[in-house]
Amino acid sequence: MKAKIEFLGGLDVISSHVREHKVNLPFEEGDATIRDLIRYICENIITDPKDIPVFIEDDSVRPGILVLINDTDWELEGMEEYVLESGDVYTFTSTLHGG
Amino acid sequence: MTAETPKKIKVSSLCELCHGRKAVMKRPKNLQKLCKECFYVVFETEIHNTITDAKLFQPGDRVAIGASGGKDSTVLASVLKTLNERYNYGLELVLLSIDEGIKGYRDDSLATVKRNQKQYEMELEIVSYKDLYNWSMDEIVSCAGIRSSCTYCGVLRRQALDRGAAKLNINHVVTGHNADDMAETVLMNLLRGDTGRLEKSTTILTQSSGSPIKRSKPFKYTYQKEIVLYAHYKKLDYFSTECTYAPEAFRGTTRELLKALEAVRPSCIMDIIYSGEHLALAPKKPKKHNQQYKNKSKKVLENQEQEINPDGSVSLGREKKIEFKDGNRCEKCGYLSSNKICKACMLLAGLEMNRAKVTIDGNTSVDGAAKLTKTLEQLSF
Repeated sequence: MKAKIEFLGGLDVISSHVREHKVNLPFEEGDATIRDLIRYICENIITDPKDIPVFIEDDSVRPGILVLINDTDWELEGMEEYVLESGDVYTFTSTLHGG
Repeated sequence: MTAETPKKIKVSSLCELCHGRKAVMKRPKNLQKLCKECFYVVFETEIHNTITDAKLFQPGDRVAIGASGGKDSTVLASVLKTLNERYNYGLELVLLSIDEGIKGYRDDSLATVKRNQKQYEMELEIVSYKDLYNWSMDEIVSCAGIRSSCTYCGVLRRQALDRGAAKLNINHVVTGHNADDMAETVLMNLLRGDTGRLEKSTTILTQSSGSPIKRSKPFKYTYQKEIVLYAHYKKLDYFSTECTYAPEAFRGTTRELLKALEAVRPSCIMDIIYSGEHLALAPKKPKKHNQQYKNKSKKVLENQEQEINPDGSVSLGREKKIEFKDGNRCEKCGYLSSNKICKACMLLAGLEMNRAKVTIDGNTSVDGAAKLTKTLEQLSF
């Protein structure tokens, strides 16, 4: 299942400064949710395990990180329960970095 | 019930204002679901209302935008340009940037500001710490260490913005401080018991009677989330790397608390600001009693580090109770100060005493010291 994952707003520090990741997710369409995606990111994309707490807190995306699914606020898409679709773009933007 | 797009859209996912397009975001302020276009309008109009309600500008004003290249100031420049044209404010907008002299950070963010200057067709003035104080941040950190870097930087930046504005003959500086920043300041002052600052921490326009330079925050009621979304959807060109010295200097504990609160109840940011605005302190009790209490807590505080507030001011450990006296000037540099010598001069005097008398030729450890430290940290044997 193909998808694009983006880390913006300075969040690329957790992935060796790579902002855009084109990935082939090991899930079947309809079977996986954002929860699985978060686990996938922690296991496969974050370079240094020490950076995992920068990204997640209590098993979900840390408050202060804005999540967009195909450019739509994930709060409108069911947040962690959103069912992943092939071709999706997931954008994680840190709002915490200096203004 | 079906929209005219090929992919079916549920009524519940339509924009709650135009009922025609798909909603893309949920406003933290009131949980309203909006489409991109309606979001732009609401976002810009709210800022316009903030500006007009507070009567921030007069036609013909020259206004400097404190621009760092980061998201807040980039969005501020973009929105002010839009509003100035849409509502005929009659303003002349100028970008004012501070070059702290931090290799690998500020040089990159200044490149963003320079691009913004072209994109927004505004004049740009850059004032550097090196020119103003004869110290770059890299030099200060190599001399004073990384732990107090934000203390120095904050104090110096505050003055640098004023001086930059004075140089441009401008008496009004707007900054990108947003609602999250403001709620954070209220919380921080509350947690510290800094009641003197608590009362004035939510004012949108600040001016000391002795200073010719006003400062204002048009984003006072604007959520960080919406600023980031606006920048994202409008594809604004902004810089988003954390300052190389910042991670050492402070872990934003108040910010984390605020973000956790916001996750539970998004309106809490507005509510905290509202509380800050409406808070009225009880009249001061007779001094003796007060002093005693203060001294007790001072002793505990004395060992702690100096802390820096988001507005750039600093709480100096040994300082007596802060009184905001207006119109006093620093004996050394003439800048406004509540004490005989202003904080910047005090900090700089301390630095001068420790400055190396001899420099080593080809010494590269000062320029980009932070970058070097980072590289060294990653080495393993």
